[in-house]
Amino acid sequence: MPAPRTLYDKIWDDHVADQAADGTCLLYIDRHLVHEVTSPQAFEGLRMTGRKVRAPEKTIAVPDHNVPTTLDRANAATMTEDSRIQVEALDKNARDFGVNYYPVSDVRQGIVHIVGPEQGWTLPGMTVVCGDSHTATHGAFGALAHGIGTSEVEHVLATQTLIQKKSKNMKVEITGSLRPGVTAKDITLSVIGATGTAGGTGYVIEYCGQAIRELSMEGRMTVCNMAIEGGARAGIIAPDEKTFAYCLGRPHAPKGAQWEAAVAYWKTLYTDEGAHFDKVLTLKAEDIAPVVTWGTSPEDVLPITGVVPSPSQFEPGKAEAVQRSLDYMGLTPGQKLTDIAIDTVFIGSCTNGRIEDLRAAAAVLKGKKIKAGMRAMVVPGSGLVRAQAEEEGLAQIFLDAGFEWRLAGCSMCLAMNPDQLSPGERCAATSNRNFEGRQGRGGRTHLLSPAMAAAAAITGHLTDIRQMMPEHA
Amino acid sequence: MDKFTKLTGIAAPMPLVNIDTDMIIPKQFLKTIARTGLGKNLFDEMRYTQDGAEIPGFVLNQPAYRKAEILVAGDNFGCGSSREHAPWALLDFGIRAVISTSYADIFYNNCFKNGILPIVLPADQVAILMDDAKKGANARVTIDLESQTVTTSDGQSFPFEVDSHRKHCLLNGLDDIGLTLEKASAIDSFEKKAATLRPWV
Repeated sequence: MPAPRTLYDKIWDDHVADQAADGTCLLYIDRHLVHEVTSPQAFEGLRMTGRKVRAPEKTIAVPDHNVPTTLDRANAATMTEDSRIQVEALDKNARDFGVNYYPVSDVRQGIVHIVGPEQGWTLPGMTVVCGDSHTATHGAFGALAHGIGTSEVEHVLATQTLIQKKSKNMKVEITGSLRPGVTAKDITLSVIGATGTAGGTGYVIEYCGQAIRELSMEGRMTVCNMAIEGGARAGIIAPDEKTFAYCLGRPHAPKGAQWEAAVAYWKTLYTDEGAHFDKVLTLKAEDIAPVVTWGTSPEDVLPITGVVPSPSQFEPGKAEAVQRSLDYMGLTPGQKLTDIAIDTVFIGSCTNGRIEDLRAAAAVLKGKKIKAGMRAMVVPGSGLVRAQAEEEGLAQIFLDAGFEWRLAGCSMCLAMNPDQLSPGERCAATSNRNFEGRQGRGGRTHLLSPAMAAAAAITGHLTDIRQMMPEHA
Repeated sequence: MDKFTKLTGIAAPMPLVNIDTDMIIPKQFLKTIARTGLGKNLFDEMRYTQDGAEIPGFVLNQPAYRKAEILVAGDNFGCGSSREHAPWALLDFGIRAVISTSYADIFYNNCFKNGILPIVLPADQVAILMDDAKKGANARVTIDLESQTVTTSDGQSFPFEVDSHRKHCLLNGLDDIGLTLEKASAIDSFEKKAATLRPWV
């Protein structure tokens, strides 16, 4: 009998193209996603050495980080010159090297981590990389997916492989079912709150348990997306019928007999009984509350019913970071989280820019208005998410409530385009990082779920979504 | 890539934990299509006011540390984004080595691709090196990659671990892509095998 293997072990084993004596492997890469910010130097490296892209048919490029999301973005004047140069460089590189490409003008354009699954490029059992740390998103399909730097982007373009050593296995199990008002975002933030931002360093996390199985594919993508915020190389969830149903019929998913063969293989992708995990974390779903971040690290998470902590509650090294966070965030220990007033609400990003996220926010906003003076925007994750939301009537709900209804892109998640916070401006954001300056210099970010963001837009302060829900039977 | 063999230089202390890549190089400087020129914006929002004036208290603005070649940093240095602009900015400033108890995974990898040596040491040894770095420009720390040791200004020496492949590449300034292309036949045969086993990929 072969030794029992984890899901990660199985995908790893199926992609080792070469192994050196010291254990260093060449890992074959099935899908390489490319965007405009971390790729220009890599393509330039190929040009300088006269190298080609080894597998252009497995390489998919889309501009997302820099692109404006306002309706007039076809007008080049909406972009700063340096942003325009980066997007034009991607246009040229995609054309010159013959890779798959979704330009800004294409309705399928969007955030690379939303476009990949939507178009069926991401499938179970694959290795997926991108010069972006949130590549972990694709792990929701049972794919081994992680971010890489630009030198590695060039390495994958030239060789379709990465030089890798295997990570350790970590299991995060969420038992039981989530309570009403609690979402995938609350799971993933709560896990980071429990492990810290370095708790996953050196590991690939497999998320499992009833609450994970009960999540939609969109929810699973939200969970895996933030694996990197816990320091993990990747997050991964075993594929099941929900995964197969999501993939079926996507433009680049297999068809006919190949589909049957693929599903048969995908059904072997699970962790064997008795496989070894180097680290295990178990949380009970019923213990997870709607959460928000109060500080400048994604590990600074508390239930919305909590109060701003005091630096004295932390270990010496972290206590200084907490004091710095509180100063930056303009918060006082003991302050109730629900008393924190919000200036701006941002709904979008590769964490929460999918159709289900927009449905959740729209359900809260229906028939309501945002607080006077609030700046609120919805930035769909892709042109197709946007079109679907318009068809379902969600866009009209957002517009009626007072939200701006934008075109697709990364937008205010990292504020590389014109969507930015001003110094001191406080934002409830469905994105993934609350670092100092992340959404604009001096900007203050509170991470939360789409429903919680919508609630904050209405009341003008951080709000417990459960207070706004109709009574559950 | 420049070789890394032995370095004796000024070490700058940055005891803050979780220094993320947004702090190392904020996103407004990612709009470049070159690898060089980012040193002036290293730690931009900690180093300059909104008007671009230097913040005197920031370590790299202090006369003793303007020519620092080593950073001694708090836990989990380089967390966050995959941006290789972070090591590019460090290198462009002149930093060739970082010492901490831990690093984020992608940042750690990115350092080796650019001739920067990220050294992991236990917390008590990082604390000694942090104190040494706080002495200023007269306290020079020595890093010897061949013998895998860090030596404080008063001669205390600590061994560190480094992956043998990465050490070899740093010592010789080798380009990974060239090495991998020597294994092209292994990649070819993997592709042939995978095309039979998983033709839908």
